Amino acid sequence: MLDPAILFPSILNGLTTGAVYALIALGLTLIYGVLHIINFAHGAALMVALYGVYFLHRKLGIDPYMSLPIMVPAMFVAGYALYRGVIGRASHGKDENILLVTLGISIMLENAALYFFKSDTLTIETSYTLSTMSIFGAMISVPKVVAFAGALVATAVLLLIIAKTDLGRAIRACAKERQGARLVGIDVEHVFAMSFGIGLACLGAAACFLLPTYYVNPQVGNGFVLIAFTIVVLGGMGSFTGALLGGFLIGVVESVGGLALGESLGQIGIFVIFIAVLLFRPQGLFGARA
Amino acid sequence: MDSGMRSLALIGAFVLVVLALPLFVNSGFLLNLAIMVLYTTLIGQAWNILGGFGGQFSFGHAVFFGTGAYAMAVLQVNFGISPWLALPCAIALGALVGLLLGALSFRYGLKGSYFALVTLAFAEVFRILANTFDFTGAGVGLQLPLQESVASMQFATKAGYLYLVLLLATAGLLIAWWLKHSRYGAWLAAVRDNEDSAAALGVNAFRVKLVAISISGALMAAGGAFYVQLFHYIDPHIAYGTAVSVEALLAAIIGGMGTIFGPLLGAIVLQGLSELTRNYLDSAPGVSLIVYGALLVLIIMFMPRGIAGLSGRRA
Repeated sequence: MLDPAILFPSILNGLTTGAVYALIALGLTLIYGVLHIINFAHGAALMVALYGVYFLHRKLGIDPYMSLPIMVPAMFVAGYALYRGVIGRASHGKDENILLVTLGISIMLENAALYFFKSDTLTIETSYTLSTMSIFGAMISVPKVVAFAGALVATAVLLLIIAKTDLGRAIRACAKERQGARLVGIDVEHVFAMSFGIGLACLGAAACFLLPTYYVNPQVGNGFVLIAFTIVVLGGMGSFTGALLGGFLIGVVESVGGLALGESLGQIGIFVIFIAVLLFRPQGLFGARA
Repeated sequence: MDSGMRSLALIGAFVLVVLALPLFVNSGFLLNLAIMVLYTTLIGQAWNILGGFGGQFSFGHAVFFGTGAYAMAVLQVNFGISPWLALPCAIALGALVGLLLGALSFRYGLKGSYFALVTLAFAEVFRILANTFDFTGAGVGLQLPLQESVASMQFATKAGYLYLVLLLATAGLLIAWWLKHSRYGAWLAAVRDNEDSAAALGVNAFRVKLVAISISGALMAAGGAFYVQLFHYIDPHIAYGTAVSVEALLAAIIGGMGTIFGPLLGAIVLQGLSELTRNYLDSAPGVSLIVYGALLVLIIMFMPRGIAGLSGRRA
């Protein structure tokens, strides 16, 4: 059996990773909740954000955490423009079309990265990359703790925007009933694009917290995309609290599963959960009936 | 001649033209191109049967492709079974995987994005499994021993491969023709257009979709099996990676979903484009896929009914 002395750090580690997963999944669930589409380009957009953080550090010497005020607005603008310029136009009012268009975008982004940056795996070196701290006797890397806290703060900000601002009210209105929202004078296309922008802005933040302990290559998004989908489905499509709890759960499952089954087969745990939830409880563990 | 006989005659003419091709064309390049076009037609038609005729968009058709490819390779390499026997086994296994995947997902009413996701997840699970187990050669993959003879389905001339893939692609065309002109095809179209009304009229939507995914899986597995014979090699990334899933859905969407000849038209465009990018841009990795991705976006934006939709009627 697993020794508690190994199990406890592994769970803590899973929770820190899970917070970043949750942040990525929040963007995805926001887009799904409002637009009722799955953004297949989510992983590729994360990959782009990671390259952004990498090059800001590499070429301009900007610390990953200091990149936050650059990456978050940049990803927001990119998302807004992408929706307005491509996705919204291509949809012709059909959800299947959006599905295919985001797939097309993700193929383009991933292979453009492959073409320009080659398939090399890149990492950055910061003064705190290898530093660790002790939590209840378990050694945890400092950047992971920062990522954990950062992801929680970002999530809180997002929830506040949705709950308290006019934009948040408009987003919720469009998510519930887009025809009604249009009738009361909300510019629905604008709200859709804003939601898409905010969804990608979450990725900008996630990339800043991830890179100090992670790496970037053209395929890096693929791993996250299925994890984020799993979390969104697990938490109930469109549910924010669900995404948060789902993120932690998946983080822990991955960490403990990797410990018990080894790296390669440990991944399967996530997919098995994903398929099982899709089949038996597609409304999610915390979600209402779709 | 009604439209049914006309498209049947068109299929016949197409088969004759391809059969005669090696008599007049000597260039290995052109014959190779014809082989690749037919191969892409085959996997495009496989996707088209479920996605175009059935309205169920799969993003993980690699799950069938890889299963067919590995069945073909494992049966020959590990068990010494003749490829002519392994091919029907591979096709049957593809149908079986389709049946299982369909039974699981359609039983629980998965459709739209959910169905696309679950197919993707299955392909990913299969990829990890193929990467782990020894009998699939794990990460290294499997290599067919070179043995040039008709008995081992390794032909001395390009014509042999051309005729083999022609046989499989024609089967795909005939199935699509049957879907256009049969009672079952009408049920499938009814389920695609409005599942609830179809069910209200007494169509067993679950069973209709199950048949579609099995046929689709069988054809896709045939594509995987042919791939192994053509290149003598398979690994988890080729078998279960996203590239082949994307190629299959692109061929059908570019050509025109739910049409008999759509995948053929799409295959011609795709292979033509991939030749062009290879010749005129450099052959750096990723270039052809950038073009594919852009093409997918543009087609959806400007001609959502594909090339076949341009003629104004559904071929």
